[in-house]
Amino acid sequence: MALTRRAALASALAMPMVARAQAAPVKIGLVTTLSGPGGYLGADIRDAFMLAADGGKLGGVPVQVLVEDDGLKPAQAKQTVNRFLKSEGVRLFTGVVFSNVLEAVAPDVLDDGAIYVSPNAGPSSLAGKNCNANYYVVSWQNDTLHESAGENANRLGYKKMFLLAPNYPAGKDAITGFKRFFKGEVVGESYTKLDQTDYAPEMANIRAANPDAVFQFHPGGLGIAFIRQYQQAGLVGKIPMVLAAPSLDSTILGAVGEAAIGMDVTSHWNSDFDNAANKAFVAAFVAKYQRLPTVYASQGYDTALAIGAALQGSGGNVKDPVAFRKAMLPANFQSVRGKFKFGPNQHPVQDWFGLRVEKGADGKLALVTKTRVLTDRGDAYSETCKI
Amino acid sequence: MTLLAEQLLNGLQYGVTLFLLAAGLTLVFGIMGLINLAHGSLYMVGAFVAARTQAGSGSFLMAVGAGMAVAAFVGMLMEVTILRRLYFRDHLDQVLATFGLILFFNEAMAMLFGRQPMMAAIPDFLSGSVTFIPGVPYPIYRLAIIAVGAAVAAILYGLIVHTRIGMLVRAGATHRDMVRALGVRIGVLYTLVFGLGALLAGLAGAMVGPLLSVQVGMGDRILISTFVVIVIGGLGSIRGALAGAMLVGMVDTLARAYLPALLKLVMAASDADGFGAGLSSMASMMLMAVVLIIRPRGLFPGHG
Repeated sequence: MALTRRAALASALAMPMVARAQAAPVKIGLVTTLSGPGGYLGADIRDAFMLAADGGKLGGVPVQVLVEDDGLKPAQAKQTVNRFLKSEGVRLFTGVVFSNVLEAVAPDVLDDGAIYVSPNAGPSSLAGKNCNANYYVVSWQNDTLHESAGENANRLGYKKMFLLAPNYPAGKDAITGFKRFFKGEVVGESYTKLDQTDYAPEMANIRAANPDAVFQFHPGGLGIAFIRQYQQAGLVGKIPMVLAAPSLDSTILGAVGEAAIGMDVTSHWNSDFDNAANKAFVAAFVAKYQRLPTVYASQGYDTALAIGAALQGSGGNVKDPVAFRKAMLPANFQSVRGKFKFGPNQHPVQDWFGLRVEKGADGKLALVTKTRVLTDRGDAYSETCKI
Repeated sequence: MTLLAEQLLNGLQYGVTLFLLAAGLTLVFGIMGLINLAHGSLYMVGAFVAARTQAGSGSFLMAVGAGMAVAAFVGMLMEVTILRRLYFRDHLDQVLATFGLILFFNEAMAMLFGRQPMMAAIPDFLSGSVTFIPGVPYPIYRLAIIAVGAAVAAILYGLIVHTRIGMLVRAGATHRDMVRALGVRIGVLYTLVFGLGALLAGLAGAMVGPLLSVQVGMGDRILISTFVVIVIGGLGSIRGALAGAMLVGMVDTLARAYLPALLKLVMAASDADGFGAGLSSMASMMLMAVVLIIRPRGLFPGHG
């Protein structure tokens, strides 16, 4: 009798603890770039992620999102991620915008057996030989963005191109990716600084090289400065520009205005995509934040949905990366890009589209989807990845 | 040849922007002995206020005026409330406190204006380009920046060499205690000098708005180049700041324009691009190292 009473007492005491353990939300470390020239990129990823996690749940599993700014500084991001790992017990990370930051934090997360889901950066260094079973990229492998631009340049009939990108991992991936698909001649190639905002010397070099078109990769504030100075140098209307999505998102378009009319952009997503998931996302984002979502926002949203599907499938147990992976890889979510699946290196296999900047009937500038440039494109590194 | 001429103009224009920032920074250091990391924040404040004013009023001149006025006001407020307490502290304390100010200003600007980069349009009377070197249309706006920079340099020269205030500033830079002993109200002088430095930083910020994107953190990046300029020029010297700014502007621009091409003569093209880009971003630092080896106190140490 005494024994059963004690057992009953013990179970009564234990019960609320079990219940509390189940209700304890899954902690997600979202370390992203919220300040500096790339500040709005991270802000869009964060805002879209939080939109998907509205009500504190992803895939029906309660989550707690810990947001920190990395300031585009790899060391700062590393410090935050290690604090999350060691003292907050975070096992699931996302958020990084820039490849150089990701290259600094991903090894720490993965060596610890935790999970990383990238909403943006997909550097080649982590896509091939050094791929990892607990590392997923929902956006794209860096090269493929610019492969689509290279293919688009072929389609548009450009023979001589001038290429520019910042001197950091994603910038090198950009030039490599573009050259992989572009069939014409590269008449000039220039690496800028990642913190550069005055491109006057590059403008002079472009004019001197006189190419058919210019391909440049400058995300965020860098892209705004580049296109405006391109216009000020009198090159808009003389030498056309072929770009990938990060170099002309809706924020850059809003900032540079008429200078961007007629520019050709390739992207895996655009706000005008005609599918139910995308329409609902764009409407909800505009309603909540009073601005158009950029391509980064779409990726942040898809990342949250992908994580949600994996949490649902694995019962919210992020301490078991094998179960998480089993639930993650089928990608059981309705992507805003329409179709989405993971390739063998856990990077996306997806379609790429050609967009053009046009003035709508309402007089507003918009990126308008014109054509499909690449179908079911994976990436060049998946062959060397052995998971 | 025309390309070289254009790149020289670009270097001149970048140098002028650096000079506007370096002049204030070097005055503050030379006279008050204060290392002010938050100088770049005043540049940012000027840029934001000007961009906002221009968007609201449509007048570029009013925008530049507002940017300068607000930057000067914020600068003087900062001096009176915070920096004044730091003059006799260790340089490390100053660095720590003014670094805190950078964080404060960045967050404040993000709260007031948002993280989306802001835009300022080039005013109509300065838009377009002129072709005074055959085959090279050069933007009028960049020429205007060069002209404003030259005017500021001339005014500063007049102010510092030929006025009583300038005499006190020069005296303060070299013999601080003696100036105080002679009964000059040093507190007021400090606030005025700080305000002047902030005014110039605000002017630089307001003028680059239409060229670059106006965004949180824009001051942090140019601050490093500005420090290189004043170290090369000699701490506390306006003349040094001018010489340093021109040197850094030219070296940085020409290295970026020509180094990759030069390296291609001796190495594979793909290596030359990457290596040249790396080398050119180090160019101004290497210039500083060379100057410090030859003249450890900078080009014009200890002058007004």
